[in-house]
Formats: sequence, C-alpha cells, structure tokens
Amino acid sequence: MNTSETAVTTEAAHDDHDHPSDAKYIQIALLLGIITAAEVATYFVDIGVALIPVLMIMMVVKFFYVASWFMHLRFDSPLFTKFFVAGLILATTVYLVFLTVFEFWSKG
Amino acid sequence: MTDTAVETTRPIGVYTRPKGGGGWRDWVTTVDHKKIGILYGATALVFFVVGGCEALLIRLQLATPNGTILGADTYNQVFTMHGVTMIFLAAMPLAAAFGNYLIPLQIGARDVAFPRLNALSFWVFLAGAIFLNLSWVLGGAPDGGWFGYAPNSGIIYSPSVGMDFYAIGLQITGIASLVSAINLTVTILNMRAPGMTLFKMPVFTWMMLVVQLLLVFAMPVIAVALFLLIFSRQFGANFFNTEMGADPLLWQHLFWIFGHPEVYILILPSFGIISEVIPTFSRKPIFGYEFMVFSGIAIGFMGWGVWAHHMFASGIGPLSVAAFSLSTMFIAVPTGVKILNWLATMWGGKIKFTAAMLFAVGVISMFTIGGLSGVTHAMSPADTQQTDTYYVVAHFHYVIFGGIIFGLFSGFYFWWPKVFGHMLSEKLGKINFWVMLVGFNMTFGPMHTLGLQGMSRRIDTYSPGFGFELWNMVASIGSFIIATSVLIFVINVIVSAVKAKGQPHCGPDPWDARSLEWMTPNPTPEHNFDEVPVVESLDEFWHRKYGTDEEGRIVRVATAEEVCQDGSATGVHLPSPSYWPLVFSAGLPLVGLGLIFSLWLTIPGGIMMVGSLFAWVFEPVDDPDGPHGHHDDSEETATEEAPVV
Amino acid sequence: MSEAATTEHPTNTGISHNKLAMWVFLGSECLLFGALISTYLLYRNEFHTGPAPGDIFDIPFTSVSSFVLLMSSLTMVLALSALKRGDIRNNRLWLLTTALLGALFIGGQVYEFTSFVREGLGFTTSPFSSAFFTLTGFHGIHVSLGIVMLMSLLISSLRGNLKEKNSETVEIVGLYWHFVDVVWIFIFTVIYLVPNPTS
Repeated sequence: MNTSETAVTTEAAHDDHDHPSDAKYIQIALLLGIITAAEVATYFVDIGVALIPVLMIMMVVKFFYVASWFMHLRFDSPLFTKFFVAGLILATTVYLVFLTVFEFWSKG
Repeated sequence: MTDTAVETTRPIGVYTRPKGGGGWRDWVTTVDHKKIGILYGATALVFFVVGGCEALLIRLQLATPNGTILGADTYNQVFTMHGVTMIFLAAMPLAAAFGNYLIPLQIGARDVAFPRLNALSFWVFLAGAIFLNLSWVLGGAPDGGWFGYAPNSGIIYSPSVGMDFYAIGLQITGIASLVSAINLTVTILNMRAPGMTLFKMPVFTWMMLVVQLLLVFAMPVIAVALFLLIFSRQFGANFFNTEMGADPLLWQHLFWIFGHPEVYILILPSFGIISEVIPTFSRKPIFGYEFMVFSGIAIGFMGWGVWAHHMFASGIGPLSVAAFSLSTMFIAVPTGVKILNWLATMWGGKIKFTAAMLFAVGVISMFTIGGLSGVTHAMSPADTQQTDTYYVVAHFHYVIFGGIIFGLFSGFYFWWPKVFGHMLSEKLGKINFWVMLVGFNMTFGPMHTLGLQGMSRRIDTYSPGFGFELWNMVASIGSFIIATSVLIFVINVIVSAVKAKGQPHCGPDPWDARSLEWMTPNPTPEHNFDEVPVVESLDEFWHRKYGTDEEGRIVRVATAEEVCQDGSATGVHLPSPSYWPLVFSAGLPLVGLGLIFSLWLTIPGGIMMVGSLFAWVFEPVDDPDGPHGHHDDSEETATEEAPVV
Repeated sequence: MSEAATTEHPTNTGISHNKLAMWVFLGSECLLFGALISTYLLYRNEFHTGPAPGDIFDIPFTSVSSFVLLMSSLTMVLALSALKRGDIRNNRLWLLTTALLGALFIGGQVYEFTSFVREGLGFTTSPFSSAFFTLTGFHGIHVSLGIVMLMSLLISSLRGNLKEKNSETVEIVGLYWHFVDVVWIFIFTVIYLVPNPTS
C-alpha cells in the first residue's frame, strides 16, 4: 500500500483547502452520537407510523455527515463524489427494483 | 525527492525485485502492459480453442437423432463448460488483451496506473481458468449450465464437485476482472497525454472505459451470488432451500443483474475495435463521434435496467414483465444508433476491404441479425414461446459469435503488425473471413428454425421424427466449417511469423491509421513513446499526417515515418518486474481446492497469498541494481521512493 | 497500492492513482453490500422454525457496539489530522485507538454470534439465519481487514516510515474505514432498528 508518487503533486493542490479543525470533527461526532441515541430511543418509545420515515431520515443524515466530512467529500475532487454517488444510486435503484419484483413491500 | 524514510538502501533477500534475465523469466515477472496483453491474448486463444472443441463435441452428439457420443451427464458438463469457457475464459480475457495492450498506447501513456496489479489480474485469471478446468479430472466438471440456476446447482441436484469448481473458479476470475477494471479505469482517467481530453479519446478507449465501469459495478453482484452458492453447497446455508421458505429466484435475479451488464461487457470492446477499423479503411473520420460515445454510455446505463427479460418465463408477475419488456425494447435504440453510425462512416468512403474490414462489416451485419432476434425476445408472449429453445441459442450466438468474435478477429488482423511487427497474410485472412462467415451462418442460422420447431436447448439428444434431423445435421457441418476457419487463422499466424523471420519489421503505419498507438514503431518498444505526444485533436495521428490546402482539399503534409517516433529513447524509467503477482495468484486455487477437498490445503494457499501481499508491499519500487532502476535520465526527476505499507 | 508508471507528469484529474482507485473500489462495494442487504431483507421473515429476528436481536447491546464503531470514525479522522500537522505521536495514538475500537466492535460481534448460536440460531437454521450471518459476517470481515491495515500503518509508523508526506496513505485507509462505518450505519437502522418480525 504505497502512496503513489503522484501524491506529491496532488497534495499541494489539495492542501490549499482548509481541512476542518479537530474541534469541528468532534462536534460532528457529537452530533452523530446524539442522532444515534435518538435512533435507539425509538426502540423504547412508540412513535407510531412516523417510525420508519424518522429512522430513514436519521440514517441518511448520519450517512451524509460521515461521507461528506469524515470522508472529505465536501472538500475533495467532485470525481470521488461522482463515483460514490454512482455506486449508491445504482445500488439503491437496482435493489429497490429487485425487492419490488419479489413483492417485498406488500409482504412487509 | 528521494530523501524519504525508506531510503534506497539495498533491500534484503526476497525483497529485491527480479531483474528479468531474458526468456521465460521476463514473462512470469513482467509488469509491462504489452506483455501482459499478449499473455492475456495467448491464454484466451488457447481457451477459445478448448471451448471450441467442447462445441464440436456438442455438435457431434446432436448431429443425428439418438446420438451416443456423449452420455447425458457428460453432455451436461460439456455444454456448461463450453459456455463458461467461451464467456469467462475466452471472450472477456480477449477483450482484456486488447484493452491492456492498446489503452495506454491510445492515450499516450507508458504503462497502466498499477503495473503490478495488472500482472496480478492476468495471473489470477489464469489461476481461475486452470482451476475451473481441473474439475474435469478431479471429480467432474460443472454441470448446471453456465448460469447455474438454483436449485439445480445445489448439492441435491448436482452432487458432484463440479458446481463447487464453478462457483469458486468464477469467484477467482471475478477478482481478476475487478482488479483489472479498477486499474484500467484509473489509467484512462488519470494518465492521458497532455491535451487528450476525454472527448479526444479514440472510441475504442471510450468503450473500454464504459466496460471497466460496468465491471466495477457488476462484478460484486456475481460475487455475492457465487458466495451464496458456495455457502449453500459447502456449509449448508439455506439461500435456495425452498423447504425452508427460500426463493430460488434470488439466484436468477442476482445472476442476471450481473449477467445483463455482462452482455455489454462482452460486446462493447468489439464495438470499440470496429469503430477504429471502419474509419481507417473507409478513409473517413468516424461519423458522429459524440453519438458513438454517448450511445456507448447509454448502453452501459440501460444495461442495468433490463435483467429480468431473461426471466419472463419464471413467473415474476405481469407488471414486472411489462416493465422489463419496455426497457428491453428501448435498449435497442442506442445499439441502432451505433449501427447507423458505422454505416454512415462507410457511406461515401474509399473503402478498402482488408481482412480486418471484412470482419468489421461482418460484425455490423451479423450483430444486426442477432439484435433483431433479440428484440423479438422483448415481446414477452413471443419470449415465453422461445425461452429455453434453440431460438435463444441462435440469438445469443449471433450476438456473441457474430458480434464479439468477428470483432475480435477484426482486431487481430488490424493490430497484429502493431504487436508483432509483421502483417498477417491478407489473402489467408480473407479466406479465414469467408469460411468463418459461411460456417457461422450454417451453424447458427438453422437453430432459429429448430427453436421455433420446439427443440429445447440443453437436451443431450432427440428422437427422430420431430423434423429436427436436417437442420441439426446442417448445424453440425457448419460447426466444423467454423473450426476450419479457426485453423486457417492459426495457420496464418504461423505462416506469417515464419515468413517475417529475418525480414525487417513492417513500417510504423501499415494501414494509414488514425490514432496515437501507431505513432510508435512496430512492434511497440518497451517504453512505448520516446516522448509523450501533445494531443490537439481526435485522430491525432491522422491530423499530423494530413492537412488541407487553400481550397479545403485534404492533402498529405507528412509521411508516417516523419510523424512516427523511432523508438530510440533510452533510459526511460519503467516499473520493475515483480514475482509477487504470480505467487499470490498461485495461492488462490490452492485455497479453492482446500474448500472443496480438504481445508488443510487452504493453509499453504493462504500463506502464499498473505506472504506475497506483504512482500508486495515491502518490495522496493525499484531494484537499485535493476536494469530500469536508476533515474539516470534527465526527464526523470519526480520519482519518490514509495513509503511502505 | 502500487507504483505509478509515468511519474513525470501530474495526473489528468489532479488526483493520485491510489486515492482514485480506492474511491472506484468503494463505488463497487456499494453493489456488494447492496446485494447482501437485499438478500437479507428478502429473507427476514423466513425464519422457518428457528428464532425470528425480533426474538433474538439485542438492541441495547448492538446500539453500544454501533456507537463504538461510529466513534472509531472520529478517531480515524483525528489520526489523519494529526499526521497532517506532523504530529507523529498523536497520529500513532489515534491509529491505535481506532484499531482498538474496531477490535471492540468485532469482539461484540463475536459475542453476539455466540449468544445467537446458544439461543438456537445457527448458520443453517433458516434462510433468515443464513442471510443474517452472511451479511454481518461480511461486514465483520471488512472491519477486520481494516484493523489489519491500521496495525500495518502503526507498525510502519513505529519503524519511522509514516511521515507527514505519507498522509495520503492514512487518508486512503481512512476512506475504507469510514465506508465500513457508513455501511454499518445502514445495517444498524435497516436490519436492527426497523421493527422486526417475531415468531
């Protein structure tokens, strides 16, 4: 797992962007922790039909924060985002169709 | 830039890099994309012949009613291995051969992004291929069809070790494909010559980029399907166990989610090849370059939305059938765009019917027939009638043989001088084409009729009196004519090589070609380009040879010799060879055999793999004493000795 | 992972080969985990005569181990940020912490698996059990591989080979690590928290 020689040239390009400070990372981790606590709370508190949408929203928010801050997608080359989002969208679409063909949603 | 933590101190023991030394050592430790391309091509041609012999056995068995040449069980193994071999061990690696050899040359690079991983891809592929074929002598070949439907592939219906070899062997070749796909994707995106924007890349490179992206996203799906099969067979998992409520259609879906993109993984390289051949021999630029590229991308995208058309007869419900029927009809549109563009490229051109051009025209015409019969499958009522009959066999052979194999042969005749420095005989080449065309149509044309008459595929024999006799006999004779044409090709290769011995190499530009790879001498020198060219236009090489006069007429402004580099540069830094790709790959089949026969075998296999990974990581970027090692060339400054891990 | 061939020019995209390759690989991994998760979802009701997911999942326990993995993502970015500052000591500290948190997560998974087996949910009990163990097992193997990579980085650092200018190597391992984390974010919600069938 050597870093490639080309790292030399690219590091210079990317270090111009200010990477967030450690304090910012800790803030985000706190936020993620709070959301996780809220997710777990839904197991103990009945919130009725809102449960699944709420869970999904919290999941997406957590996913988004890790990908954009910890994985640096918001500071890095858009090409990375393209590859990752391509994989995500493709996987989501294909497997949603897959489950639909199996009539998963009506089986519950 | 060499003042790094890992100094260029002499590494110890096995951590030195091989120095080559000529002969076979050069080949087994090579990381040169051209040598790897040749290795891919040679190996794949061997397996093409193996798969062809399996096809001949099938045709011998079916030539007459109540055939007795193969028993039913052997027949199952032969047709399964015919499909697996032709798709995974012949067509895909042949595309990889062209891709490996040509992509760096077409984009003006000296090698791929990860040369050692490139070697790894080849050796892993070879390991998987040998592993699959070992099944013949270790308890029986796979017998569940190339798409291995559950539960037929399960331990109950297929108790021999064949399907274990299938699942593990394809897993191994899948690793090779995935690694190679990531490697070539990075190569194309990152290593283009100055000035070569994405939309100045040759169509072949574009199509290969689409193929690599399809591989990147499709290989994990088949990997999961194969893992489910391995776990079911080896560890008693219940993925396809209907008694416990599992749904065997799970396999079919996963397989075809991979399988339909796979169809485009197979055909797009061929489309790319003929998109280089047709403009060259029509003496015109490709018609509608952007349409060509975008239709390729569109095919890549839409290929993900049609998988269930392989499953119309499996009871997936009317809504799904209707949706997938529609999407399947739509995917014919971008393919049609391509065919029209090729025709428009030829239209009004000064066409030269060389062997390569003949094969390219063969692709257009034969693939169109296969494409049209494919559209008939999109209509699900018709498909329900045709499913699992010889009509389907006819269809996909028109696509795969007529589309892919003809395209690959076109590529052989076109790029042979590039790779070996001498031409193949055009005369034998043309004979090769016509014999193949006749044999191909005789073999697969009648299968349409047989299928519509109701002959099902995969049956090992049939009774007289159904009206199958005549067309089966015609098809069997045709298959031997195809075999003759392949033999003519082999003779051509040998005869041309013998004739070229002692002769000077052919000039750099035998075809008056258009793209960058022809700017290097033939055969390509080890370092590819003396000087990386600066690209200004699509068909850069052609534009350096031709300009326009005052009246706008195209005139020759330079000879090929003036434009081409002479390959005389010395001291160009190239990556050093390595043992570890080979050692790592040799460990994989041992692990596979261990899973099937005795877990003890996984230990040496595992040690080889883990050990070679560490050796891989810790071996120096260059051997200080190696032939390519020292950066004694002035242009070579920015090489940093890589830090470990 | 390997050396570049043409080192004399910067890349067209301005991105290093290694990092681009890792992102392409992660795109590919989306399809892998997608297939495993879909297979699980398809079979979550097929528990045959064995325990159902709703009977057997221990949500409080899994919540703790999910939290552990989430926090390991924080320590991973802190390791990278320390190295970028040239702070080798803190870099080692955070790399070690990340690996330990990962190991803690794996330990939790081993405990979870053994207690499931004790409660009658073996790999071959039902389609549900096969799919569950395969999905979470694949994730566990990914975490374990990540731990191996982190330890290799640490060893490399102790040998004095991991410096500020190698921070991209740490970043690439980090990308893998965070990806494994986001997969678990998905698994935790969809497999554990969404109300599960009981027998």
